[in-house]
Amino acid sequence: MQYDIRMSVTYHYPVAATAGRHLLRLMPSSIPGEQRLDSSRLLVEPDPVEWRQSVDFFGNRTDEVALDSPHTESRFEMSCRVERMVGGQKIDISPRPEDLPREIAAQATLASEAPHHFLGNSPRITLHPAMTTYGQKAARGAESVLEMFHSLGRAINADFTFDPTATEVDTPAIDAFERREGVCQDFTHVMISCLRGMGIPAGYVSGFLRTVPPEGQPRLEGADAMHAWVRAWCGERIGWVEYDPTNALDVANDHVVIARGRDYSDVAPVKGVMRIAGGQQTTQSVDVIPLGDS
Amino acid sequence: MQSQSQGEGPLDEFLSGYVPQEGVPDELLGPDGEVRPVWAGFVKRLAAMPEGRLAERIAHGDRYLRDAGVYFRRYGPEDPTNRDWPLSHVPLLIAEDEWDEIAAGLIERAELLEKLAADLYGENRLVAEGHLPASLIAESPEWLHPLVGVKPREGHFLDFIAFDIGRGPNGKWWVLCDRTQAPSGAGFALENRIATTRVYSDIFVGANVTRLSGFFRKFRDRLMDLRPGHQGRVGILTPGPMNATYFEHAYIARYLGFTLLEGDDLTVQNGELMIRTIDGLQPISVLWRRLDAQWSDPLELNEGSQLGTPGLLGAIRSGNVSMVNALGTGVLETRALMAFLPRLSELLDGRPLRMPNVATWWCGQESERAHVRANSSGMLFSSSWATGLAHETDGVTPPPSALDAWIERRGASLVAQEQVHLSTAPALIDGKLVPRPMTLRVFLARTEKGWTAMPGGFARIGSSEDSSAIAMQEGGQVADVWVISRQTELSDTLADTVGKFERTPPGALPSRAADNLFWLGRYVERSEHIVRVLRAHHARLAESEMPDAPLPLFAARYLENLGCSSVEAVPSELVDSVSAALNSAGKVADRFSVDGTLALVDLTRTVCEFAERVQPGDDAASAMSVLIRKLNGFSGLVHDNMYRFAGWRFLSIGRAVERAVTMTKCLADFADPSAPAGALDMAVEIADSVMTHHRRYTVATSRATVIDLLALDELNPRSILCQLGDIEEHLSHLPGTGQHRQMTPLTRAVLRARTDLALQLPETVGRNDLERLVDDLSGISDQLTLAYLS
Repeated sequence: MQYDIRMSVTYHYPVAATAGRHLLRLMPSSIPGEQRLDSSRLLVEPDPVEWRQSVDFFGNRTDEVALDSPHTESRFEMSCRVERMVGGQKIDISPRPEDLPREIAAQATLASEAPHHFLGNSPRITLHPAMTTYGQKAARGAESVLEMFHSLGRAINADFTFDPTATEVDTPAIDAFERREGVCQDFTHVMISCLRGMGIPAGYVSGFLRTVPPEGQPRLEGADAMHAWVRAWCGERIGWVEYDPTNALDVANDHVVIARGRDYSDVAPVKGVMRIAGGQQTTQSVDVIPLGDS
Repeated sequence: MQSQSQGEGPLDEFLSGYVPQEGVPDELLGPDGEVRPVWAGFVKRLAAMPEGRLAERIAHGDRYLRDAGVYFRRYGPEDPTNRDWPLSHVPLLIAEDEWDEIAAGLIERAELLEKLAADLYGENRLVAEGHLPASLIAESPEWLHPLVGVKPREGHFLDFIAFDIGRGPNGKWWVLCDRTQAPSGAGFALENRIATTRVYSDIFVGANVTRLSGFFRKFRDRLMDLRPGHQGRVGILTPGPMNATYFEHAYIARYLGFTLLEGDDLTVQNGELMIRTIDGLQPISVLWRRLDAQWSDPLELNEGSQLGTPGLLGAIRSGNVSMVNALGTGVLETRALMAFLPRLSELLDGRPLRMPNVATWWCGQESERAHVRANSSGMLFSSSWATGLAHETDGVTPPPSALDAWIERRGASLVAQEQVHLSTAPALIDGKLVPRPMTLRVFLARTEKGWTAMPGGFARIGSSEDSSAIAMQEGGQVADVWVISRQTELSDTLADTVGKFERTPPGALPSRAADNLFWLGRYVERSEHIVRVLRAHHARLAESEMPDAPLPLFAARYLENLGCSSVEAVPSELVDSVSAALNSAGKVADRFSVDGTLALVDLTRTVCEFAERVQPGDDAASAMSVLIRKLNGFSGLVHDNMYRFAGWRFLSIGRAVERAVTMTKCLADFADPSAPAGALDMAVEIADSVMTHHRRYTVATSRATVIDLLALDELNPRSILCQLGDIEEHLSHLPGTGQHRQMTPLTRAVLRARTDLALQLPETVGRNDLERLVDDLSGISDQLTLAYLS
């Protein structure tokens, strides 16, 4: 499935900012066997005086830009064409839950895909007994790690209410957990906390969801903004598996990956500090148009 | 004198109360109860001191520390407070042979840690080959992903580190803790040494104590050599005045002649690290950091950090900055690594650790867990990723029951360590020597010729007899450490011994420092104005004028416009103003004299004290006279003694701007035709110009004479015109201005204000003119900020 994707993020400042430096994770990358980036364009306003593109530890493309001229608005506009080519559903060859720790320990590597980075606390994830207990309850009776993963995802989708007004971008997972509501970021953070609490390596994926659903299917939550979902390491044979708890969906060709990391802090689309006092306002728009969809 | 006699009497008596605990090695006394040879001369001299002499000497040493302003900041449940440096007045003596062995052991450890860092941020062979568990590294918050694969520009990860070591019951030294991120204490060691030599001046001279300065000189040279092409500056990166050891950062910067910088002083431009100075952005390429890595770059590390520099990591990856130590070296402090270091030493160096570390078991492995379960009674638990000092607990306490299940559940996140017992060393408590547990902090620096250890300087002395290392957390004291050389020590100071020298031009002043000096000048001047108005006001109240007579009412309203409540004899606005001055001075501790800071401390203390007890009227008037003398003392110190670099100019401009503003406001009110009788005389008194007015005008005050003297007379150092002239003069020495240069918006604004005023006649200066001038002056302050201070 091929998509034309456009996203625009605009920040409005109450006072003119004189300078700013941002780290952007806005552009999908080609991922062997999963997706291919066919064309891409990134536009930043005001015109950056510096621009450095690189790849971070987790394999995401980053763009570091410096803005120098006084501005009351900065705009980041990304457009690209991406082909998704994920195969069918994975057969469950994941280990039994009690065998997972041994499989993790056998991974003697610190490469970015290694499960070890995704087990403990990370900047936005603090393991919490309440979430661990919730996870264990949801996954009770599961005979494989993959089954645990799916049971938990379905439980969260059923128990939590999607509410864009309930949380902020910096709401801690435990708050969203206690209120049982939030947006895709909260669903994702809660699920990651539960998984890690049970010893299952779990990470955060930022990306897009196709805007217009295939005919006859309902429009999905999170399609008009950047989306987020969970990935978990389900043993050495099956590796990383992705799941969208907001929509209770296996991630396949309706999702496009931008960046992956331990939690939101590793994949935040626009990071950076303005040297000004006062708050800022953000507007965001996203379009994900399938090509030749029939 | 009788004490000249050869008998052991005085010494025996002196040591009579000194009884080390059974089974605990003591530094002063051997197992046989005899004084160890290295201590013999020292304690003999100590014992021979006449009664009261030592106490006198100690007071002398403490006075030095107070005068030098040595303090550390303690974080408490309430506001952090500054504490006097807790010097233990007995140095710890170590023989050179023993010291050399300590240094050799620690240098081997430093080299091992360097190899470990290179592997953890490089090939990761130790993990791949199963020598280190991947999870231990991956879950460490100090293993910084953005720096994986980044080789330090200068080729090393570690350049300045420290170890805490202690002597165990078998008499051997053990490493308790590795400090590889940004160890503190080396500057305090220098101060320990200076204070201790004051206490023991005569003993020290003949005692062959190895000097510390050579260590610092070599390290300074090394940092200077790290600059590419030997160009540019070396900076010390500090988290700022709120940090516990900020005093030390400022002290070391002054001592070594490096620039003290905060994250906000720096910015990145095209991959290069730059200092914001009054002369624009200037490159800097070597930073000795006292800031923990996590806080150093909000863009790529802790995004909530206000202490860092966005883009710093990019500059490091571009190979344009040397960080000492490299960012990410905090991972080496991970407590659980101590469990692996003995094996890593065998593996990487082919030999056991020359100095062992505390026995440590990482509970991520079944065999280790079994050992810990079986021996848990003598063990201390902490998080595997703890990086605190050996005696600091991190809240991991085993449950009272079901310990085995707890160990099993915590698993890889748990580390157990043998409970360490320390040797004791003499401390002086109530005039008596008593044994107290002790740990040594040993600093190592990389020099041109490899690692070198700072010979002594820093030991911690426990506050109770309890010799378990954990008891050290209850606070205690810090002692100097004397390494006693076999040969006579030649004195060795930081200064180069070569006769040739040149005056090196100062590097451009960082904008933040200039800003703080400017505001220091303003706040001190503002305080002085308030004090002078208060004095004139209360003197009049005391002279039986009724508080509701026209002039006191008028003055009270003026004070209220200054933000001062007229009911308080010492208004809180004055307390705020002097505190703000002190706060500004505290932010430029590396550039501002200790005497000046102490004068401000004294002033602030006095103002606070007066605020508690001074009554309106005569009492307040004489209290204000005390404050005026203290303020003059401060100004004298600053303007007579401060070196006339750009910093002094910003301080002076701050004073001139504030003096012009307050004098203009004062004249606008007090010289207004509607002001009550006596207001003109009061203005002349506030401006400290009573004598001059007498002499110059031979008539009583009139509106014209007062405006002439206080606004237009350039010879009067209190006049507005004089301030504008001073500002103009100072500006002409700053970057970007001066003769034959184009005018800047700032110089234009000053010239316009000065000319407008200079062309006026005393009779024509109206309230409107003065009010406009206040606006002009605030415009000048804004322009100055824009041009130099931001």
